[in-house]
Amino acid sequence: MTRLIRVLVGKVGLDGHDRGAKTVALALRNAGFEVVYVGLRQTPEMIVSAALQEDVDAIGISLLSGAHNEVMERICELLREAGAADTLVILGGNIPERDHARLATAGVDAIFPTSSSFTDIAEWLREHALGATSGKETEVPHRRGR
Amino acid sequence: MSDEQARQTTHAAAVRETTSGIKLKAEYTAEDLAGWDPETKLGSAGSYPFTRGIHPEMYGRQLWTIRQYAGYGDAKATNDRFRFLYENGQTGLSLAFDLPTQLGLDSDHPETLGEVGRLGVAIDTLDDMRRLYEGIPLDGTATSMTINATAPIILAMYIALADEQGVDRTKLRGTVQNDVFKEYLARGLYVFAPTPSLRLTADVIEFCVRELPRFNPISISAPHIRSAGARYPDALAYMFLAAELVIAAVVARGVDVNQVGARISFLAGADNDFFETVCRHRASRRLWAKLMKERFGADEPRAMLYRLAGSGNPLNLTAEQPLNNLARITLQGLANVLGGCQSLVLPCWDEAYTIPTEDAVRLSLNIQRILAYETGVPDVVDPLAGSYFVESLTDEVEREIVASMERVGEQGGLIASIEDGWIQREMAQRAYEQERDIQEGRRVVVGVNRFIVEEDRSALESEMHVVRASVADEQRERLAQAREARNPAALREAMREVEHALTSSANVMEPLIGAVRAGATIGELTEAMTGVLGSYRAPSPL
Repeated sequence: MTRLIRVLVGKVGLDGHDRGAKTVALALRNAGFEVVYVGLRQTPEMIVSAALQEDVDAIGISLLSGAHNEVMERICELLREAGAADTLVILGGNIPERDHARLATAGVDAIFPTSSSFTDIAEWLREHALGATSGKETEVPHRRGR
Repeated sequence: MSDEQARQTTHAAAVRETTSGIKLKAEYTAEDLAGWDPETKLGSAGSYPFTRGIHPEMYGRQLWTIRQYAGYGDAKATNDRFRFLYENGQTGLSLAFDLPTQLGLDSDHPETLGEVGRLGVAIDTLDDMRRLYEGIPLDGTATSMTINATAPIILAMYIALADEQGVDRTKLRGTVQNDVFKEYLARGLYVFAPTPSLRLTADVIEFCVRELPRFNPISISAPHIRSAGARYPDALAYMFLAAELVIAAVVARGVDVNQVGARISFLAGADNDFFETVCRHRASRRLWAKLMKERFGADEPRAMLYRLAGSGNPLNLTAEQPLNNLARITLQGLANVLGGCQSLVLPCWDEAYTIPTEDAVRLSLNIQRILAYETGVPDVVDPLAGSYFVESLTDEVEREIVASMERVGEQGGLIASIEDGWIQREMAQRAYEQERDIQEGRRVVVGVNRFIVEEDRSALESEMHVVRASVADEQRERLAQAREARNPAALREAMREVEHALTSSANVMEPLIGAVRAGATIGELTEAMTGVLGSYRAPSPL
């Protein structure tokens, strides 16, 4: 129970706009999480391999490029193949509502669209990490402004 | 609403500083300008130190160039968009490339999955460039191309196309951004390490000075750096430091500093801080003129001009109540014009959702036209000059930029600070603080942390532009055909020329033009370049 929650944060694909990824990473670090920041130009394979190696509780991916469906499906599939489907997968960025259902089916546990609050992300992770079960319905935590 | 009134009163007192944190007084008076000399601080428009504008009479003689950023899907789709803009009276084209093109990856590279044609046009070969400009003569167009790490290759294609069209190289007008420094700091789209990148940047500039006298071979940018977290004065400081490196590199090749200075231009823009934006533009003109004259010994006025492509800042736009963005964009446009920009690209209200729709593009164009033709704002040069506040803030902003440049100097200069990650870490921390200030309500953003309304976004999303799914497949098909059609021996020979230039430090541009003519792809050329120059991975910003 005293263990810190470990979260991997990174961006998949070629897009280099990392303002969201790095601010969330810093916010989580300041909120007492252990953050593994892998940064830009990751592939789904690199993300999952780093997640397994670092034994993280959650993977946080930031995507603004529009490639979220393909990318998240692949990450969740790789996690299942590795027997690590209990790793929480959260997604931030420009994620249109019409894609939320598809992402939920893929195995994304929560979506935090742009202007989600740091507090909401941290609270959600605390609630769901460390023994809590994932694999229930995807949540889009209530938007309370930023 | 007493609650709201109470908060309005406290707001004014609590946030009396610019978005960069420059402290403001409630009122500025003649005392603030004691000892302030309009002759040395301002001059007149078109004369040193150019605070009031780089041209005499400014917009009274020529309006700013009204631009809009475009480019998506394949070359044909972008060509359609170009023609649409052209028919709507746009005087210059502005071109976005997809991420694979910006990174020098061919459209069939495994890493490009889902990215081909998504954020801009996909260009693999000279053939794509032909399709992009079909029906648009290159001597009748000025295109601003947002291309950096692979700027030498894209420019080589543009020149090869002009050669084919029979357009004299000296008639080519336009701009390649050719600014890698912001890629390390903000966009992440770099290929080579800073030092070899600087060499390629200098190759492009040297070549353009000698062969394309009307073409702008570099536009150094601040807005991306601002968007990624830096305060605007810091972003401008990094921009000027990059410009100094570039000028020194080109001058070292024996090019006259007056010739280089005459070809350099800048991209800087508005954020929601209206007066700071105006003052940043004024301060930047004065500072750049001084640097060119005093540090680099330029003696021709045209070499001292801060040619400014103004922009808005999508960072200040919101996904919440997105039509509010039209008000923000209008104010950003007005600040740029009061600040004396030479061209202007404004963001679109729907950018938080997707690549702007045609209606959104037209609205942003019309905001500019309304500013230009209906408001009377352009009639008088630098209309805010002499204001106690504006002149005080202009001085203060200039001091901030200089102080920031000195801080980087203490860290060993721009390249060392990037390679060490010092600037990136600074920026990440700032970005976090800015975001926290909004979330904790210290900075009001209408519709985001105040005045919130419930809205159904799915309706909005369904109207938005969607990239045709088949674009990538078609592009890969064309690439395969283009590879088939080449003469392998001629291609090998042309590639050898490129490698020879790279290893011998000769200018790489003419060999690149030969190679694209022989059918070399952007991926093949980038690979050849990393083979000699090496590839690079910047340190973590955290």
